[in-house]
Amino acid sequence: MKVALFVPCYIDAFFPEVGVATLELLERLDIEVVYPLDQTCCAQPMANSGCHAEAAATEKLFVRNFAGFDYIVGPSGSCVHHVRDHLTAIPQTPQVTKVRRNIYELVEFLHDVVKVQAFPWASFPHKVGLHNGCSTLRALREAKTSEIDEPYFSKPMGLLSKIKGIEFVTPERPDECCGFGGTFSVFEEPVSARMGYDKVNDHHRAGAEYIVSADMSCMMHQKGCAERLGLPIKFIHVAQVLNGAQA
Amino acid sequence: MKRIDHAEASSHFIKAKDHIEFHDRRLWDLRQKRDRESVQLDEWEALRTLASEIKEHTLTHLADYLEEFEANATRNGVHVHWARDAAEHNQIVFEIMNSRGARTLVKAKSMLTDECDMRPFLETRGIEIMETDLGERIQQLDDEPPSHIVVPAVHKLRADVARVFSETIGTDPKNSDVHYLAESQRQHTRPYFLRADAGMTGANFAVAETGSIVVCTNEGNADLSVHLPPLYIASVGIEKVVPRIEHLGVFVRMLSRSALGSPITQLTSHFRVPRKGTEMHVVLVDNGRSERLGMDDFWYSLKCIRCGACMNTCPVYRRSGGLSYGATYSGPIGVIIDPTFNLRKYSSLPFASTLNGSCTSVCPVRINIHEQIYKWRQIISERNQLPMIKKEAMQIAGKVLSSPRLYRAAVETAGAGVEHLPRFMLYNRLNTWGLQREVPQAPPSTFRQWYLEHRVKNGGRG
Repeated sequence: MKVALFVPCYIDAFFPEVGVATLELLERLDIEVVYPLDQTCCAQPMANSGCHAEAAATEKLFVRNFAGFDYIVGPSGSCVHHVRDHLTAIPQTPQVTKVRRNIYELVEFLHDVVKVQAFPWASFPHKVGLHNGCSTLRALREAKTSEIDEPYFSKPMGLLSKIKGIEFVTPERPDECCGFGGTFSVFEEPVSARMGYDKVNDHHRAGAEYIVSADMSCMMHQKGCAERLGLPIKFIHVAQVLNGAQA
Repeated sequence: MKRIDHAEASSHFIKAKDHIEFHDRRLWDLRQKRDRESVQLDEWEALRTLASEIKEHTLTHLADYLEEFEANATRNGVHVHWARDAAEHNQIVFEIMNSRGARTLVKAKSMLTDECDMRPFLETRGIEIMETDLGERIQQLDDEPPSHIVVPAVHKLRADVARVFSETIGTDPKNSDVHYLAESQRQHTRPYFLRADAGMTGANFAVAETGSIVVCTNEGNADLSVHLPPLYIASVGIEKVVPRIEHLGVFVRMLSRSALGSPITQLTSHFRVPRKGTEMHVVLVDNGRSERLGMDDFWYSLKCIRCGACMNTCPVYRRSGGLSYGATYSGPIGVIIDPTFNLRKYSSLPFASTLNGSCTSVCPVRINIHEQIYKWRQIISERNQLPMIKKEAMQIAGKVLSSPRLYRAAVETAGAGVEHLPRFMLYNRLNTWGLQREVPQAPPSTFRQWYLEHRVKNGGRG
């Protein structure tokens, strides 16, 4: 199985360790991983701001980088959601629709495609609060949301519960948005920060030592909030935990 | 017209610590009650689908059902009026009252009359208006619009109500006991019911088959407003029509469960025929609705039954308060309706959202609210209504992110401190990010640099 690794811009620039963990984890699972070197971003920041014209060239570049692969895997729910559901600023050629069809967020790829049964190399003996980003939760539908009356399911929990020693704590409002929201975080700073404070305080009250998420952008925001508040919470991407990070 | 600055307004709301905490908690409590009530019905999700389909059917045959309603209402002895816009609505109401010498109006809650700005119009023409819904009355006395479509004064603490009542209806300013305040308002309102010349309600539904108006309330004030005065006027948005009485079974089961998490409102009143010796008028109001019906992406918003569930669940609304939207309709439903009234004025509202999608998931008629928010952003950008700073930031981002060379130049600043962070990634407002949050530190190398070092240079796994 050959996979193209998509490392979103903010992970490339701020959290390279998440890209490394994703790469190493896929390699551990005997998957051939290719990292297209000319990749930049999925164009979500422009598109979510309504700027389709400004998003077009970046979307085109994304498709050019990833068109040759049957599987495109990225460790970021909102970016994958953009490509799958919103990459519409450019004409929908067969190449474009193929890329949109073939992209997976890391957790759903491991859960639905590879169907990983065990992570024998990993243990994480910590109290963990799981954060599902809103795109991951409600667009990629990786877990049951509290709003919808349906049977329980959770792909990230399905994977993380296979990790030795891990203990989950549940905040009062597990699927409340943390307030990152891309450009929202700066253009609606007062509400964004307030939501972030409420989110990390909720996890702190529940006793979380770590917040684990498939969405590093939410955690970039939450981490900024927790540090400013002086809360002793640490943040780690699900790829790092599954790849056997100790702490 | 001045653009509403939601971010600025919300910053004031957030500063009032007790208020925001109460507001968030109170509305989240309603959301949780809604969750508990909805799971009591095994068919909840099926009901949502059915409700959506009934509404979509009705809206795609709207003219027919409205005429059916008019014919049946007229047959019942009701006077039916058609208002193209807010101005016509207000004029019609005024003329109905004025021609009968009516000077005092007792009024149940109606978002439509707020939308039409009816109160000041009538008041300047010498008509006295008493809002009889407790929350709406508090807001009237405080000279503020409602901040929520179901619980109009939810942003106020009881101490605020005690202040408003003490300044206006003479209650003890030190007594903020809820029962005392509610009873004081009740005693203050009662005489108006008895002496009012006219009563008014909005409508939750208008049934085409029977020509009746259905009003769902909890306080009984709508029924008093209708049954005591000799003249009754109902203001009804044209999207409120449902084909048959059997369809009410679907909506009535969902309305209060979605709104307040109660199985049903205390009263579900059907007003069909004027009482002997009295008059009943229905004003059917368009005010932009038929134009909205013609919008490919946005006509679904007309399915709304005004339950407020999207507001209760919205994490942004709960932390910014309804008044911060500067419009009759606030929260997620407001964000997608308000721009149809005035795109420029309300152009910041679709950005008062994280696109989290919770609103769409709770909507009892399955309006794709967050997808419409996303669409509005495109329209606002296309019509050049984005703030210059945002437009420029996006133009720069679009240029940098579409060029591997420029992108690398921006992010490959090894060992750089905060001052060298790729500013475009934080949309050129790094200082805003850092007001209440720490800024992420740039790592020694990007992922790509690491990859070249460990995977490509060594010709394989390093």
